[in-house]
Amino acid sequence: MENPTFYYDNKIVKSFAYATLFWGVIGMLVGLYAALQFIWPGLTFNIPYTTFGRIRPIHTNAVIFAFVGNGMFTGIYYSLQRLTKARMFNDVLSKVHFWGWQLIIVLAALSFAFGITTGKEYAELEWPIDILVALIWVVFGWNMLGTIIKRRTQHIYVAIWFYIATFVTVAILHIVNSIAIPVSLFKSYPIYAGVQDALVQWWYGHNAVAFFLTTPYLGLMYYFLPKAANRPVYSYKLSIIHFWALIFLYIWAGPHHLLYSSLPNWAQSLGVVFSIMLIAPSWGGMVNGLLTLRGAWDKVREDPVLKFMVVAVTAYGMSTFEGPMMSLKSVNAISHFTDWTVGHAHIGALGWNGFLTFGMLYWLIPVLFNTKIYSKKLANTHFWLGTLGIIMYAVPLYWGAITQALMWKEFTPEGMLRYPNFLETVTQIIPMYATRAIGGGLYITGVLFGVVNIIKTVKTGKFVGDEAASAPALVKAGGKAAGESTHRWLERKPVLFMILAVVVILIGGLIEIVPMYLIRSNIPTISSVGPYTPLELHGRDIYVREGCYTCHSQMIRPFRSETERYGEYSKAGEFVYDHPFQWGSKRNGPDLAREGVVTGRQYKPNSWHYQHMLNPQALNVQSIMPSFKWLISNKLDISTTARKVKVMQFLGVPYPEGYDKIANQDLIKQATEISENLKASGIQCDPDKEIIAVIAYLQRLGTDITRTGPAVSFPLSSNK
Amino acid sequence: MGVLILLISFSIVVAVGFLLAFIWSVRTGQYDDEYGDSVRILFKDDKPDPPVSM
Repeated sequence: MENPTFYYDNKIVKSFAYATLFWGVIGMLVGLYAALQFIWPGLTFNIPYTTFGRIRPIHTNAVIFAFVGNGMFTGIYYSLQRLTKARMFNDVLSKVHFWGWQLIIVLAALSFAFGITTGKEYAELEWPIDILVALIWVVFGWNMLGTIIKRRTQHIYVAIWFYIATFVTVAILHIVNSIAIPVSLFKSYPIYAGVQDALVQWWYGHNAVAFFLTTPYLGLMYYFLPKAANRPVYSYKLSIIHFWALIFLYIWAGPHHLLYSSLPNWAQSLGVVFSIMLIAPSWGGMVNGLLTLRGAWDKVREDPVLKFMVVAVTAYGMSTFEGPMMSLKSVNAISHFTDWTVGHAHIGALGWNGFLTFGMLYWLIPVLFNTKIYSKKLANTHFWLGTLGIIMYAVPLYWGAITQALMWKEFTPEGMLRYPNFLETVTQIIPMYATRAIGGGLYITGVLFGVVNIIKTVKTGKFVGDEAASAPALVKAGGKAAGESTHRWLERKPVLFMILAVVVILIGGLIEIVPMYLIRSNIPTISSVGPYTPLELHGRDIYVREGCYTCHSQMIRPFRSETERYGEYSKAGEFVYDHPFQWGSKRNGPDLAREGVVTGRQYKPNSWHYQHMLNPQALNVQSIMPSFKWLISNKLDISTTARKVKVMQFLGVPYPEGYDKIANQDLIKQATEISENLKASGIQCDPDKEIIAVIAYLQRLGTDITRTGPAVSFPLSSNK
Repeated sequence: MGVLILLISFSIVVAVGFLLAFIWSVRTGQYDDEYGDSVRILFKDDKPDPPVSM
């Protein structure tokens, strides 16, 4: 009997591969631009669209979702067809997936540049794009599961499990974290507030790393590394253990992003414990990858593909060791809010994801085009520039991070902060930022060489869009065959397998999130904490729009070095009306949690804030903050006030009934007061400007717990 | 609070269930024949048979 003939769809693989390179270059260039702003703050040219607060989400989203995302789809669309001996389920779905994903990327970049953001890291997309992401993601999953169901092989290779876990988990994470109530087409408030928003956000954030940057790439490693080395994975058994252990443990580790924060301590400890346990499966995977090359190290010397992969897997091992170490509370006390986190993330992004992508492409492009790589020498140059780039990127940041953290914590013998001026601790490490930018520049230079090499390779080759293959049809077997073990039977049942994977993942998520809603004691109510006034609410939304959280935290940890510098440590009950929370994860500038406390060390008068937004360098010559002078000329849009108040009421914020109708009266009254206060300092600023709202918000920050008596009540005229 | 205890204990029961399933699968030789599948991915795909000329 003749085996049926079918055709692999190589065109879709090619499209994703080109998109990977295109967005990779763009995303990295934006990253370099952001890095240079640390050295020359003037590089923003004093316009809104180029400030770090807007550029950073473009960089992170472009690299994660555009570069790595398209890289993942390239590898999945190629390997899944070969592993299942089947063409992709549906060509139309493939095309919708491809073009839908590119559309999302373009919309994301534009919306971030225009300040349309939710202010939640790695989940900054506003609700209409979030819905589009969910739809396109389902198209991807549908196409993938359809292919798995109509496969011609009995066995589901380990790589496919990783793909399935990626699809299922990212879908759940994305939906749960993105639930929000729209204020307008471009603005929404998340349903969670404060501590709960933080927990959901970092449950998402950490697992975005786990299930977007790790599991799909482990799947790619288990396919492309053996293929490139032409030998089977070191231990298939270990790969099975690796998979189950990894998906079970990863989902619990999110709270390690919130150590020493206002998150309840039990949740922090849970995150730490599971983070440490994660070393085991992660290193199991790394060892499995590296040992696949046992006896083939001579090939590594010759083949740039394997060089890239070896460094990628090594970087995976380094960052999965470093991550758990940073989750230890004593280490985190130093590493958190510093560039250590940034260095750590880039070992993963540049080393693991970047190098595995390029290793894969250097193997895949010649295969797709039936040719050899245009220049091995050029590929080797790319490899060495990239490796050197990673080292020059990460090492200075580690150095600078520890320097800065120690400066934050240093006391004089008299018990005073040695460096009470935050800016001193930034100026100290500027040379490290410069070296980092050189490292990033080297890496991008390597990538550009890679792009040239691939274009040349493509030109010499002959592409076959539909590659013929043949394999016997799969005999459908329902139940377990005699002597067949349960896992083997399960491997033939993708849908059941997917459901089980969801169950495993959800257990981790539920045990951490559900209790937070059930125990009221997790958010101790503070009677003096009240909702934001309408003007402050607008100011807060501008704070989110400008991405202030990318450089300023709002979370004072309970250390003497922090309470001395910033004031009373942050309490969970202070954030109950914060939709979204704005704790931040990095301090390029000082913490702002107590910015408004008049008796505090951080306090600045209204006039200072006005001057500072206009021209930070006029007040501190060495400041690296960009100018936000458009806040001074932009008119505040108060037409949305009513809707904002209504949405907040819906989310449980206790504004009185009908307040949305009179909220603008309070807003104008408060704005006029600030305007007059500025006038008293000799600054002429109309009350209808955005800067007024931002000042109102900054002056409110952290003040509620210092109030004597009850919380602010509405309308404002009812307060004495 | 009752719901909390219920949830945590339920989750732990399921988690332990997975652990037992894993230990069981190792003990029953679940993964003994895993070599073949790891090698099969390296095989080149069969090309369709050339048309038979009469």
